Amino acid sequence: MSLRIVLAEDAALMRAGLVGLLERFGHTVIAAVGDAEALVAAARQYRPDLVITDVRMPPGYTDEGLRAAVALRAGDPTAAVLVLSQYAATAYAAELLGPSGRAGVGYLLKDRVGDVAEFADTVVRVAAGETVIDADVIRQLLARQRATDPLDRLTPREREVLGLMAEGRSNTAIGRQLVIGDAAVAKHIGNIFTKLDLPPAEDGHRRVLAVLTYLRS
Amino acid sequence: MTPSDTVWRAMAGNPLRFLFSAWPWRCVAYLVTTVVVAFAVWTVCAMGALFPPILVLLGLPVGALERRRLLIVQPEATPTPHVTPPPGVGGWLRTRLSEVATWRELGYTVCLGSVLFFADLLALAMLFFGALLMVVPIFFAAGLPPGTVTFRMGDWDIDTGPKAIAVAAVAFPFTIFSVYGLSALAGGQAAFTKWLLSPTQAELSRKVEELSGSRTRLVNAFEAERRRIERDLHDGAQQHLVLLTMKLGLAQLEMGDDQSRAGALVAEAHREAKQALTAIREQIHGIHPQILTDLGLPAAVGELAERCQVPVEPDVRLPHRLPAAVESTAYFVISEALTNAVKHAKPARVRVTSWLAGQRLIVIVTDDGVGGADPSRGTGLRGLVDRASVMDGTLGITSPVGGPTTLRLELPCRYE
Repeated sequence: MSLRIVLAEDAALMRAGLVGLLERFGHTVIAAVGDAEALVAAARQYRPDLVITDVRMPPGYTDEGLRAAVALRAGDPTAAVLVLSQYAATAYAAELLGPSGRAGVGYLLKDRVGDVAEFADTVVRVAAGETVIDADVIRQLLARQRATDPLDRLTPREREVLGLMAEGRSNTAIGRQLVIGDAAVAKHIGNIFTKLDLPPAEDGHRRVLAVLTYLRS
Repeated sequence: MTPSDTVWRAMAGNPLRFLFSAWPWRCVAYLVTTVVVAFAVWTVCAMGALFPPILVLLGLPVGALERRRLLIVQPEATPTPHVTPPPGVGGWLRTRLSEVATWRELGYTVCLGSVLFFADLLALAMLFFGALLMVVPIFFAAGLPPGTVTFRMGDWDIDTGPKAIAVAAVAFPFTIFSVYGLSALAGGQAAFTKWLLSPTQAELSRKVEELSGSRTRLVNAFEAERRRIERDLHDGAQQHLVLLTMKLGLAQLEMGDDQSRAGALVAEAHREAKQALTAIREQIHGIHPQILTDLGLPAAVGELAERCQVPVEPDVRLPHRLPAAVESTAYFVISEALTNAVKHAKPARVRVTSWLAGQRLIVIVTDDGVGGADPSRGTGLRGLVDRASVMDGTLGITSPVGGPTTLRLELPCRYE
């Protein structure tokens, strides 16, 4: 599947590297820009299948890329955005997921581009409308210490399923990863929602949101 | 017994001990040098008459010299009342002319050239006269032929041994009296000099303000430097490592299911590059957490809480962003407090509460652990106290044995 991508990354070497990587997997980078303003302009002009952006960008070198991504998502519910972050923090992920759109959204640690095949897979998934959250963020949330931990009520297998669900995996992907059938996955998910008192959510994005909100509270 | 630290105190003590101590000699030395300096001032004034405005600055070298000369009769050095001027002759001149201390020094110089000059001369002359009369009998005892030396007081000649002895007997108490009078004068003059030439309370507190100002600038510079290092690492080493990992990943992809030694080596290199990336990411975060810059203290504390090994209840409510140095100090203190709590107190839970009270940020970290933390032992808590005081803040710790431990940080928020 060939995607039309707009890429924003301020470091020239890194930008060239990412363009090369994306093209290796058959995608077309229609615009590669170096700051957040140019990113918003290019995204509005080309209406790409996916926008990939770094968090930190000129002129302030703080979170301009993330702000631009949030603005794009808020302005256009069909804009799929993948944000690459130098350091994984749940607060960033929460900001990004804030405006709820129909399009895909992803928050990945920048290091993940090193796992090229997995990264390429994520790019396709986000463009296809899925929600993807970095495994590091989820691990951090699951490991978080609570005075009374409702997660203790989950079986180890259910915890694994919860983690993958929070990362944005589909039932099929979870089943493949854990080598279990679709029916088994659905049963685990049902148990998790009941044990944690979560409102049922079929749609992928809303399911991720519900789980993340729960884990962060 | 330690020697008396001022001449007046020495004079009030045992007279024999005073007369045979170094004090009379020090006082004489002080007054003699005063006369010399006063004479030099007159000479310079005579030369300065060619260009009178220069005389306005005469107090500056005199003041500097007089402060040093005070060491003859005073145990401690007298600090200068002047500020450090900006570089350049113009800046120096403007600073000095606008300082009250410069005019005090000029006033002192006038006193030195007039009252002090004459009073000191008189005191020295009296002592010299008394001492001279005391030694007259020695000349007669030495058996000099009559007429070789003549001592005359008014119309009265001292020309015989008995006369000389009688005079010496009168001169002895007079000399003792002169020594006491001269010492009192020296002590008084030293006190007067110190009063005029040392910094006033206002000048001293101005120095303290300058110091605390430069300390704040230093803290801000450190803060900026940490950010620069963090950015350099992010733009440099980290980017290159990401690219390296990516290329090793691509190489693996191109090699497919290569079972050779080369394939194994590439896979190993890929793994190690990823480990290096993880390590450098943690280090960069430790130097300066990006999330603090981007999202502020509440989000950064929330992240600390998520990563802590014990349950943390963060409650940080701030109406707006705070100055970077304040955020950074508060973050550092909270981070260290959490680390200390986990390491020493073994608490079941920790509360982090923070709010703005007027222009002050209050942070309270409480744990329900074993307590008994003592800031005087170990450098961890001591370092936190220092870190707070650099920002003009305070850090208090109460930690009774058995707990709970409460740490309270207060930081003033100054906006530039």
